[in-house]
Amino acid sequence: MARTVWDSTVGKKTVMAVSGLVMLLYLVVHMIGNLKIFFGTGEFNGYAHWLRTVGEPFMHYEWTLWLVRVVLVVAVVAHAVSAYQLSRRDIKARPSKYVHKKKRASYATRTMRWGGIILGLFIVWHILDLTTGTVHSGGFETGKPYQNVVDTFSTWYGNVIYIVAVLAVGMHVRHGFWSAAQTLGAGSRTRDRALKTVANVLALLLTVGFVAVPVGVMTGVVS
Amino acid sequence: MKLTLRVWRQKNADAEGAMSTYEVDGISPDMSFLEMLDTLNEELILEGEEPVAFDHDCREGICGACSLVINGDAHGPERTTTCQLHMRSFEDGDTIDVEPWRAAAFPVVKDLVVDRSAFDRIIQAGGYITAPTGAAPEAHATPVPKPDADFAFEHAECIGCGACVAACPNGAAMLFTSAKVNHLNVLPQGAPERETRVLDMVAQMDDEGFGGCTLAGECATACPKGIPLVSITSMNKEWLRATRKAAKR
Repeated sequence: MARTVWDSTVGKKTVMAVSGLVMLLYLVVHMIGNLKIFFGTGEFNGYAHWLRTVGEPFMHYEWTLWLVRVVLVVAVVAHAVSAYQLSRRDIKARPSKYVHKKKRASYATRTMRWGGIILGLFIVWHILDLTTGTVHSGGFETGKPYQNVVDTFSTWYGNVIYIVAVLAVGMHVRHGFWSAAQTLGAGSRTRDRALKTVANVLALLLTVGFVAVPVGVMTGVVS
Repeated sequence: MKLTLRVWRQKNADAEGAMSTYEVDGISPDMSFLEMLDTLNEELILEGEEPVAFDHDCREGICGACSLVINGDAHGPERTTTCQLHMRSFEDGDTIDVEPWRAAAFPVVKDLVVDRSAFDRIIQAGGYITAPTGAAPEAHATPVPKPDADFAFEHAECIGCGACVAACPNGAAMLFTSAKVNHLNVLPQGAPERETRVLDMVAQMDDEGFGGCTLAGECATACPKGIPLVSITSMNKEWLRATRKAAKR
C-alpha cells in the first residue's frame, strides 16, 4: 500500500494533505501559546516551562516535547519531499508555455511553491534564533523565552523576516487547507463554501495571532 | 469583419514552431471559429501556401475533436467548444492568438494538431464495464437512484477534448480521468471494477506523463461540458477507498 501511495500523484498529494494538516494543527496550538506573551514574563516563561513537563509523571521531562518535534520533522520532510517531486513532475508535464499569457488561478494558489520555500527557510532561521539561539541578536538565555522574543523583535530584520513568513503562512493555509480537504475526498458541492470559509478564517486567525507578537514588541506593549 | 490572426505553425513533431501572422477579411460574425479558419485556409491554398492544420469533426460540440487555445483560453472566450464559438464573440479589427494544446503528454503533430491518444490509453486502462451489454436492457431491470443517475450523466458528458489538460498549469489530466471514473463508479453496472478502475486509470494517467493536481481550478473553468472541479475530489475519495481495500486483500 505504501508503494501505491508514494508512486502515485494522487497518493503523494495525500501525503502532502495529511502532513500539512498535522503542521496546521501545530500552528494553531503554537499561535495560542504565543499570545501568553501579552500576560507578562511570568506567565509566558511559565508556559514555556510547562511545555517541557507535559505528560509527567508518565513522560519524563521534555519527552512529550521531543515527541512533538519528531512528528513535526517527519511532517515537514514528507511535505517538502512530496512537494518537490510533484513540482518537478508538474513543470515537466508542461514544457512549453503559451505565447498568449493570461493571469491564472488565485494569488494564494500561484504562490504555494515559493511560499513553501520561504516557509522552509524561515523554519530554519526561527529554530536557530529562538530554540538554539545560534543566530540570536541579543544574549540568548535558555529558559528565558520572554526576553529572547523581545530581543528578536527589537531588530528590524527580525521583524521583517517574521512578518513576511507569517503572511506566507496565511496564504499557504488559505489554499492549502481547502486543497487538503479535496485531496482527502472530504470536499463536496454542498460543503465547498463552508470549507473555503474555514480556510479563510484559519488563515486570518493565524496571521493576526502570529503578527500580534512582533507588533506588540514594536509598539511597546511587550517589553 | 477584418481580423489579424497569429497562428502557431509547426511543420511536424520534430520541427521548431513559431507564430505566423495572417490577415483575414470578409468574416461574418455568424461564422464559427472553424469556418473562419476554413476561410483562411482557402486563401492560403489559392496563394499556394500550406493550409493551417487543425482538428475538427462533428462541428456540433459533441465529438471532442476540435481544440485550439484562443487568446490564452482553451476553446476561446466562451464556455463551449471551438466549433461552437462564433466570430460575434470578437470585435472587428481584433488580433487573435491561436495555439495548440500545450502538454508533454499531448505532443504537437502539426500546426494546431496534437496527439491525444494518451486519453485513449487512460480509457483502455479502465474506462469500460465488463458486463455483457448486447441490446438495450429493460430499463427497470437494474434500478439506479435518481441522484446517482444524474451524477453519472453529468460526468458522461465529458467529450475527452483535452481542454482541461490544456488549461492546467501542470498539464494534469485529473478532470478528464475523474469524469470517466465517476461516470462508471457510481452506477451498479460499473460496480464490479469499481476499485481496479480508479487505481488503473490513475496509474495510466501518471504513466502518460501528465502532471499532478494543485487544485488551481483552471480545468473546470475551461471545460466546455461543465465538468465541475469537485469531480476530482470524488475521484480522490474513490482512489483512497480502493487503495485501502486493496491493502486489506
